Amino acid sequence: MNLDSLTHTSGEWLRGTGPESDIVISSRIRLARNLAAFPFTNRASTGQKAEIEALLRERIAKLELEPKLSYLSIPALSSLDRQLLVERQLISRELAAADGPRGVALTPQETISLMVNEEDHLRLQVMRSGYSLEEAWHEIDRVDDLLEQRVTYAFSEEFGYLTACPTNVGTGMRASVMLHLPALEYTKQIEKVFRALQKINLAVRGLYGEGSRASGHFYQISNQVTLGKSETGILNEIQSVIPQIITYERQARMSWLRDNRQGLQDKIARAYGTLCSATMMTSEETMDLLSAVRLGINLHLIEAITIPTVNELFIYTQPAHLQKLKGASLDGEERNAARASYLRQRLREAGAHPN
Amino acid sequence: MKCQKCHNAATLHITEILGEDQIEELHLCEACAHNHLYEPQQKATGIKTASSGHGEEVDEAGLLNRQCEVCGLKFVDFRNTGRLGCPHDYQEFRDELTPLLENIHGEARHCGKTPRRLPHNKQMQSELIQLRKQLLQAVNKEAYEEAARIRDRIRQLEEG
Repeated sequence: MNLDSLTHTSGEWLRGTGPESDIVISSRIRLARNLAAFPFTNRASTGQKAEIEALLRERIAKLELEPKLSYLSIPALSSLDRQLLVERQLISRELAAADGPRGVALTPQETISLMVNEEDHLRLQVMRSGYSLEEAWHEIDRVDDLLEQRVTYAFSEEFGYLTACPTNVGTGMRASVMLHLPALEYTKQIEKVFRALQKINLAVRGLYGEGSRASGHFYQISNQVTLGKSETGILNEIQSVIPQIITYERQARMSWLRDNRQGLQDKIARAYGTLCSATMMTSEETMDLLSAVRLGINLHLIEAITIPTVNELFIYTQPAHLQKLKGASLDGEERNAARASYLRQRLREAGAHPN
Repeated sequence: MKCQKCHNAATLHITEILGEDQIEELHLCEACAHNHLYEPQQKATGIKTASSGHGEEVDEAGLLNRQCEVCGLKFVDFRNTGRLGCPHDYQEFRDELTPLLENIHGEARHCGKTPRRLPHNKQMQSELIQLRKQLLQAVNKEAYEEAARIRDRIRQLEEG
């Protein structure tokens, strides 16, 4: 697999399609699995990690999946390529930064990614554009079944799938939905939503997972409990609150439009104007401005640009993507200039051919 | 003979006299023996405090130093890192983990997907763990022919 090809597409999660895609960016499920006969990754020697990787790599290659997965060895990748995979959410920051033999198997559409030697020997991930947790679950369940026919998972009837960290034991499942909630944030109702979610044991994280800031008003909502509840039980819990949050966000958008249409329109026009003409642009500012533009498109306040284009800009203006596009490594200042010039160019093109 | 605290060969054999009828035999490698002899004597002081009614401290020290026979993880390592060392730890530290799991998840019993090959899986898990242990011992003994034989058996099992 040539990683350069990734810079011509925006990947599954930013495709901007699927149910409720004005608010739900993507749905994602991951399963943590370990091989029964080896110590967990943190206690495995380099030799054992190499053995685990060789074994899983061989079994993954034999999976009856169409299209086939490509395997990438992480130590063989440049740090820029690793960062690229992190930005596309195909690998975790932990896998990018870890030591020793490790890798990831991917489908060309980036819907499936199987990380080898992360915190657990195997982390399966399935991603879907829009609100499609059910579909993601059926897909990952199938991949898990296929793998399970070829490897012996560490499993106990009492504790379920055994994981390095007890917070993942049981189903080993983390289901998450990424939402774009600008109106709830601007109207300061977001805290209320989070408090309600925490009460029912759902976690709220930023764009790039644990510890990351919610830039661009993107939030990931996921389950925390993995033991004592079935996979469908966990999915039902998340699915019982997502429609409500979607409704709140839509209501907040509508009342904002009703109460202060001009203010909102101005905010969006200014964001668009800045993106079209600034000459230095940080990643943070870009995210915030694109978020406003994305809201404007959904509210039909701006016509010059489409959702898939905005989604593409979200990912292409990330540091590693930008450097890939420019074909050169750039320091912070250079990146800000390159980012602004890239945005100007793309928006000029989009404005010349609005869809 | 293997060291009781790590996977190296035991070179020092220590007989400790703990009380009137109590003796404890220890078989350790040089590094662990060094630690054992120069560390504050938890066992010995433990007995003293136990008789003066501080039973909990002894249990605590005992627990923290308890080690998984498969991966060598001590409970204190888990305390420090929050990560377990191998699947067997869930059995080894079952009593300590159960309340912790209840705390995290509100439950301590799995209810969800089960591997389809479960009966097969259970048998194989314990056999594989045993074989891995034997393999390590064989390598440590430099018994490479035996190690190769064990490795082939592991491959065979893994192939299912």
